[in-house]
Amino acid sequence: MRSALAIWARLVGARVRADWQYRTSFFLFLISQTLIASLDLAVIATIFSQVDELGGWSGVEVALLFGLAGLAFGLADLLISQVELASRHIKEGTFDLFLLRPLPTLLHLSASEFALRRLGRVLQPLVVLAVALVLAPIDWSPAVVVLVPVTLLSGTVIFGSVWVATSSVAFWTVESQEMGNAFTYGGGLAAQYPIDVLGSWLRHLFTFLIPLAFVAYLPAVIMLGRPRPLGLPNAIGWATPMVALACASAARTMWALAVRHYRSTGS
Amino acid sequence: MEADPIIDVRGLVKTFSVHRKAGRLRRRREDVVAVAGIDLQIERGAMVGYIGPNGAGKSTTIKMFTGILVPTAGHVRVDGLEPSRRRTELAARIGVVFGQRSQLWWDLPLRDSFDLLRHVYRVPAGRHAANLARFADGLDLGPLLEVPVRQLSLGQRMRGELTAALLHDPSILLLDEPTIGLDVISKEAVREFLVAINRELGTTVLLTTHDLTDVERLCERLLIIDHGRVITDGTVAGITAHYGTERTLVVDLVSAAAPLVIEGAQVTQVEGPRQWLRFRRDEVTASELLTRVTALAEVRDISVEEPDIEQIVKAIYRG
Repeated sequence: MRSALAIWARLVGARVRADWQYRTSFFLFLISQTLIASLDLAVIATIFSQVDELGGWSGVEVALLFGLAGLAFGLADLLISQVELASRHIKEGTFDLFLLRPLPTLLHLSASEFALRRLGRVLQPLVVLAVALVLAPIDWSPAVVVLVPVTLLSGTVIFGSVWVATSSVAFWTVESQEMGNAFTYGGGLAAQYPIDVLGSWLRHLFTFLIPLAFVAYLPAVIMLGRPRPLGLPNAIGWATPMVALACASAARTMWALAVRHYRSTGS
Repeated sequence: MEADPIIDVRGLVKTFSVHRKAGRLRRRREDVVAVAGIDLQIERGAMVGYIGPNGAGKSTTIKMFTGILVPTAGHVRVDGLEPSRRRTELAARIGVVFGQRSQLWWDLPLRDSFDLLRHVYRVPAGRHAANLARFADGLDLGPLLEVPVRQLSLGQRMRGELTAALLHDPSILLLDEPTIGLDVISKEAVREFLVAINRELGTTVLLTTHDLTDVERLCERLLIIDHGRVITDGTVAGITAHYGTERTLVVDLVSAAAPLVIEGAQVTQVEGPRQWLRFRRDEVTASELLTRVTALAEVRDISVEEPDIEQIVKAIYRG
């Protein structure tokens, strides 16, 4: 495990050094990513310039959600989302090279396609989260202090799992990228809002089927001491790490099936 | 066959199912047989050429040896391991060069690629330095180590690829078209290096190629495959002796003449006073033929052309 991380770090370092030779492009992309991420924030700011509450949530409370979900999404985008390039490697016939190394394919692919310029999606929600943690009416206790990093880590794993799962589909139908993005980017956006604003079936969908409510909403309910939705028990905000583990193992299984399919068909 | 072959393949089959259009919307699933039952054993330290026309199943077989592809049926062992089940373990024991796909880091100096591979394969630093020094010297890479890979010529890059494939001391080297697109001098450098590696380190080498000079210069043994089967397996000399029964007698006549009509030979080409007569060595000797020619026309000079491996292979594919 430790040596796998060390190799991952080395491969990432090589990629960053290579990208650094195209500095202008790097900075332009970084700036554009930060601006795009800020647009999401502008939408929320616009809503709150007209109303005081959204689904019963105040501005700083929604900012807490936005920060938690946005940061988890940004970290998954930075660390994992590049596995979607598997479809391009399959099309170009270069996926074979990943199977020729004594490394797990996910580790190898995510490291060698790492793009530091995606940092833009991390910086902005980080600032929002820091501000929200100070201003929101959080019921601070030692448990809640622990819940913040646990939620971020779990949320990153959940979003990362969605990416791995949707990228796995590309092994069967190479043209599946757009459908995949509906789940990844669509999910990233959906997780930033309190699910109370959604219709009943969407609320159930995002809680039980695609567990985006666990990324930020349910933990935030605990942090803010708000009434729990859908008749769920109090411990539900703590279920996030379990959900993350389940997502990760499901995604891992899908990826393994996808690679096995590739190895039996070669295309 | 030797007791402990490094590659041991029996009854290897690979079929792909492809979807073909059948009518406007319907698609029909169809099985395409890429490898149709291959048996072969390759002994340790051998240097074997693996040739065949495009689509014969060469690359598919190589991919099954590396564990990239899982066989549909059959038994494969490479260095004692079943490739499809123990892909990562086997990866550390094989070196691979796919001529048309680089495994180097495009934007980084060549040295950085080698250094990364040292960590990927967990080669001890001392061993790595010794290997790098040896290969850099053998392939004249010294001045290129600090150059980004994208700035290397194809020949220079191929020398880098070979080094990259060998730094972790693999027991077997699989080369898919290692000389494709190279100029004559680069080809020669690659060939000399491969011979030296095979002789000095005992690395088993299996190479696919379309360049039969590679085979003549490198391989004692030649496997020819077509339609997913091994159709010929033997030494280059043996195959030449067995299949190369056709000779051409070239005669320079004193003056130009109509194509000669001679029993046991056929005129394939006429250029002024020079004529090419193809004959089968097992039917008629060159001297008999010459006697028949001199009975018809006055001869100034003669020579006999032996077939080269290229012509033989063409004849085998046709066969």
